[in-house]
Amino acid sequence: MALVVVVDYGMGNLRSVEKALGHVGTSDVIKVSGDPADIAKADKIVFPGQGAMPDCMRELESRKLIEPIRIASAKKPFLGICIGLQLLFECSAEGGVDGLGLISGEVRKFAPNKLDEGGSKFKVPHMGWNTVDICHPHPIFEGIDSDEYFYFVHSYFVEPLKSQVVIGKTAYINGFASAVASKNIVAVQFHPEKSQQSGLRMLSNFLSWNGHWSG
Amino acid sequence: MALTKRIIPCLDVHNGRVVKGVNFVSLRDAGDPVEVAQRYDEQGADELCFLDITASSDERGLILKVIEDVAEQVFIPLTVGGGVREIADIHRLLKAGADKVSINTSAVLNPNLVKEASDFFGSQCIVVAVDAKAIPTAHTGWGVFTHGGRRETGLDAIDWGLRMQEAGAGEILLTSMDQDGTKNGFDIGLTRAMSDALEIPIIASGGVGEMRHFVDGALEGGADALLAASVFHYGEMSVKEVKQEMARAGIEVRL
Repeated sequence: MALVVVVDYGMGNLRSVEKALGHVGTSDVIKVSGDPADIAKADKIVFPGQGAMPDCMRELESRKLIEPIRIASAKKPFLGICIGLQLLFECSAEGGVDGLGLISGEVRKFAPNKLDEGGSKFKVPHMGWNTVDICHPHPIFEGIDSDEYFYFVHSYFVEPLKSQVVIGKTAYINGFASAVASKNIVAVQFHPEKSQQSGLRMLSNFLSWNGHWSG
Repeated sequence: MALTKRIIPCLDVHNGRVVKGVNFVSLRDAGDPVEVAQRYDEQGADELCFLDITASSDERGLILKVIEDVAEQVFIPLTVGGGVREIADIHRLLKAGADKVSINTSAVLNPNLVKEASDFFGSQCIVVAVDAKAIPTAHTGWGVFTHGGRRETGLDAIDWGLRMQEAGAGEILLTSMDQDGTKNGFDIGLTRAMSDALEIPIIASGGVGEMRHFVDGALEGGADALLAASVFHYGEMSVKEVKQEMARAGIEVRL
């Protein structure tokens, strides 16, 4: 029985993530916690997040969670979701804040008032269901096709320095990296916990993943 | 592949039960929010909207139970509106499992609420509901009403939408008081005006009577999402049929 800790640093609603993991991971213990001791004990880490990145970094600092997360991210199967993806990068245009720097690259804001081919405005936030073009096979995509939909809601996106870490891309405005992976870390911009069957499948894949990926 | 237009069934919840006739064949209990939510989820609803129409504050807690129960079983975004007055209300709803809250009258009474809420919880979970009606005195042609459309605010609908976007609203739920209940279709002019003026997504609401109306709302109105209640409740059409109709019209939908 694996202990899966959903990192709670006071940002956003973790109940959905907890419920969805509990739904698929019936033989795992799912624990929402902001206690460094739990993060140290965990077999797997889920790192979600909502709101603004500067607030998230401030909360992580004040709760003394940065070092425990760094240590856990070095070896345990680690899943970042939404802001939990963006926080892994070096810096963000949102408030000019530095992230955890675990993956090289930056977080940028969607340009406003861009028009699509039909002349309609791309709305920001990018909100709703969109597909993920799988450009690198990864265990979390097991049984998932490139035409399946996931639920997105975000105004910022990640731009990794190295293209090898990009395992999924989504077409919106100029297109962006919607899933990245590096060794035992995998992170997605969308919300698998809100993406019905496709999302549940992905969470289930994460729970059965041993953390090995050579890219 | 691209971002799809969303179809959002809206459920009126009163004292913990879904009211208005829900006409799904094979439901054991047509008023059970979990059963109704699961049925819409199976049909391919992209999100669900719960409108709490409980009048007495004593029974407000019941909506929390509804959301908790639905969130256990249904893994798509859930929005809750009705009776959201302060930050503490939002906190309770999100904690129960709501992903977004919709603020209507309270946004007009206290415009700072939207700013405070979006600063605190993030824009992604703050929906501002605008009830609009054509009035000659409004400079863009539509005014904002509150209290279920009974009270005129003197605000212009499009200006108000822009102000709420500035305050941090993540999307606008735009209901046409003129079209609501008519079954003549969405107010295309109003929807298009709001969609063109704002950068955030617009959910069109009010007036759906036939499948073609969803297509018109998306293509002519420029809505990003389309909300309806009675046509789904009374089984006049299913979410799936609507999406198939939209796909035939060349609109990207999640089927």
